[in-house]
Amino acid sequence: MPDWFRRRSTHTDNGTSTSGAAAAAPDATPVALLDAASAVPEGAFTKCQKCSAILYTKDFERDLKVCAKCGHHHRLSAGERVEYTVDEGSFAETNADLIAVDPLAFPDYAEKLAKGRRSSGHLDSLLTGTAAVGGQPCVLAVADFAFMGGSMGSVFGEKFARATDLAIEEKLPLVVFCASGGARMQEGLFSLMQMAKTSAAVAQLAEEKIPYVVVLTDPTTGGALASFASLGDVILSEPGAYVAFAGTRVAQQAAQNQKLPPNYQLAEFQEEHGMIDRIIPRRELPVTLARTLAFFGVGTVTTAEGSDRTLPQTPGEIVSSNRNGSQ
Amino acid sequence: MNILEFEKLVAELDDTIAKARQAAARESRDALADFTELEAERDQLLREFFEGLTPWDEVLLARHASRPYTLDYVPLITEDFLELHGDRLFGDDGAMVGGFAQMGGQSVLLVGQQKGRDLKERQKRNFGYVRPEGYRKALRLMQTAAKFRRPIVTFVDTPGADPNVSSEERGISESIARNLREMSLLASPIVSVIIGEGGSGGALGIAVADRVIMLEHSIYSVIAPEGCASIIWRDPTRGADAARAMRVTAKDALALGLIDEVIPEPLGGAHRDPEATAAAIKEAVIRSIRDLSRLTVSRLRAQRYQKLRALGRFAEEGLPDNAPPAAAAVPASV
Repeated sequence: MPDWFRRRSTHTDNGTSTSGAAAAAPDATPVALLDAASAVPEGAFTKCQKCSAILYTKDFERDLKVCAKCGHHHRLSAGERVEYTVDEGSFAETNADLIAVDPLAFPDYAEKLAKGRRSSGHLDSLLTGTAAVGGQPCVLAVADFAFMGGSMGSVFGEKFARATDLAIEEKLPLVVFCASGGARMQEGLFSLMQMAKTSAAVAQLAEEKIPYVVVLTDPTTGGALASFASLGDVILSEPGAYVAFAGTRVAQQAAQNQKLPPNYQLAEFQEEHGMIDRIIPRRELPVTLARTLAFFGVGTVTTAEGSDRTLPQTPGEIVSSNRNGSQ
Repeated sequence: MNILEFEKLVAELDDTIAKARQAAARESRDALADFTELEAERDQLLREFFEGLTPWDEVLLARHASRPYTLDYVPLITEDFLELHGDRLFGDDGAMVGGFAQMGGQSVLLVGQQKGRDLKERQKRNFGYVRPEGYRKALRLMQTAAKFRRPIVTFVDTPGADPNVSSEERGISESIARNLREMSLLASPIVSVIIGEGGSGGALGIAVADRVIMLEHSIYSVIAPEGCASIIWRDPTRGADAARAMRVTAKDALALGLIDEVIPEPLGGAHRDPEATAAAIKEAVIRSIRDLSRLTVSRLRAQRYQKLRALGRFAEEGLPDNAPPAAAAVPASV
């Protein structure tokens, strides 16, 4: 049920913006005023989207876009996610040239695709490639919420499936970061079928004994959660991420007079009900992923110095060469 | 005039015909000519209207209150249905039924989504909204069938998966996702028939199959048309426009290459002649199982994966888009 993201996206769009684009958003007005009044360089401050704390953009970015005051994990673009997660310089993109067609000639789809391409800098909502995380090589797929809410159209499904092919071919684990509102209505039944396609591709991974790790990020809902995102051998999540089958409006309607539980539809709720292995703060994700991948032991572990060695004896031995990911 | 309004006229004609019959019987006169003329007139009206059905009419037909549900077809299609209950984890979901049956001289597993006819029954069936227990029961039964190489037949008819708190708590997403993954690997032939509403992931949760067949007036949709309309145009009353834009009809799904076959329905829709509809379903299902049973298990599974892998239309720089050269032809009878 992807009907929740439009409402949310009206005020969040592509997660956080620290440039002049933030000033254009209605809820960023204080930043704009601040900028004008104090004549500080444009974008020097960023407002937390949850607690409204005014943060130095430099600090905010150093904190991987996690609010220093309230801990809110702001949404990342796929590019930022890669930068914050993988060993520096290790990402090599694959299948970047897959592009959506408009199979139903759906009203305004072409315009929405064009807008998504402009705002994300990618051709569609899933970025795939090979990378190393804490020295652990893997195939990586990252959904970009800025591109039509990270929705799953035919390109998403095909890139996901090709990522599983590559993982099987290279005997590398597959790591997927999910941020998706679910199916892409503009491709109708084609997009519903991507749920079956991605899940069947995950089944192939399992058949070949290839590890599959999912990281749920804000937001993961609907068709994404009801397919590949719920099928990880290990499922991690960022704190406070919206993780649910139904969108808020649908859930409210369904609940009618029933009081919704605290944390309802957040990662914490899902963890409490046994659907998620662990909630991991953003800064700790690279090392947690490296520890997870090391358990499966598909690739060799490379230290920051780049020397190959056998699997570490303790998790502490894994050294992340990622500048943001150590500790 | 939509299909439901039109049906009121047809009902009046039906009534007139019935009364004329009764009168004739009372007076013991031969008035056959009168009925046949009236009936011919009615059928002509039906034919004309059904030729011009809009996608929204198809939505209304798929949800029609008199449309046969899974358990209406079961006795018409199978012999000796033995219903089995429960997911062995938490409970039993009335919106999903399943059991062993005999069909065309062989044992099959039949799993289907079930709506209710009256208020009590609707509550028992949760209005067809399937809970995690339903998907888990279905999977448990399908895996049992596959273990013994019995063919699997699924009947799809749901507005969607249950979005309530209790279903979120028990992992509605996980239950659907697991079915999608596991159904892709099952060692038995799977034939899915969309008999009414193919509502989104809730439908797909039992519709990963070697053959997907739709009844002529069923729909299959990524989101309810009203939901789509409220997102795209912020106006849930524009469901008819969304139904058209999303191409939710059986004919569309076949033309787009997303399903394998459309079963024509009797004039006026399945509810006007459930027996004839059931006979057509039975023929198509038995034929599909026969074809699929010729394959080895490894071939069957490989073919199923290839079929799933091919779903989707996209383009790649320097290559033409991957659309098939010619869309599957719609049978002339549809």
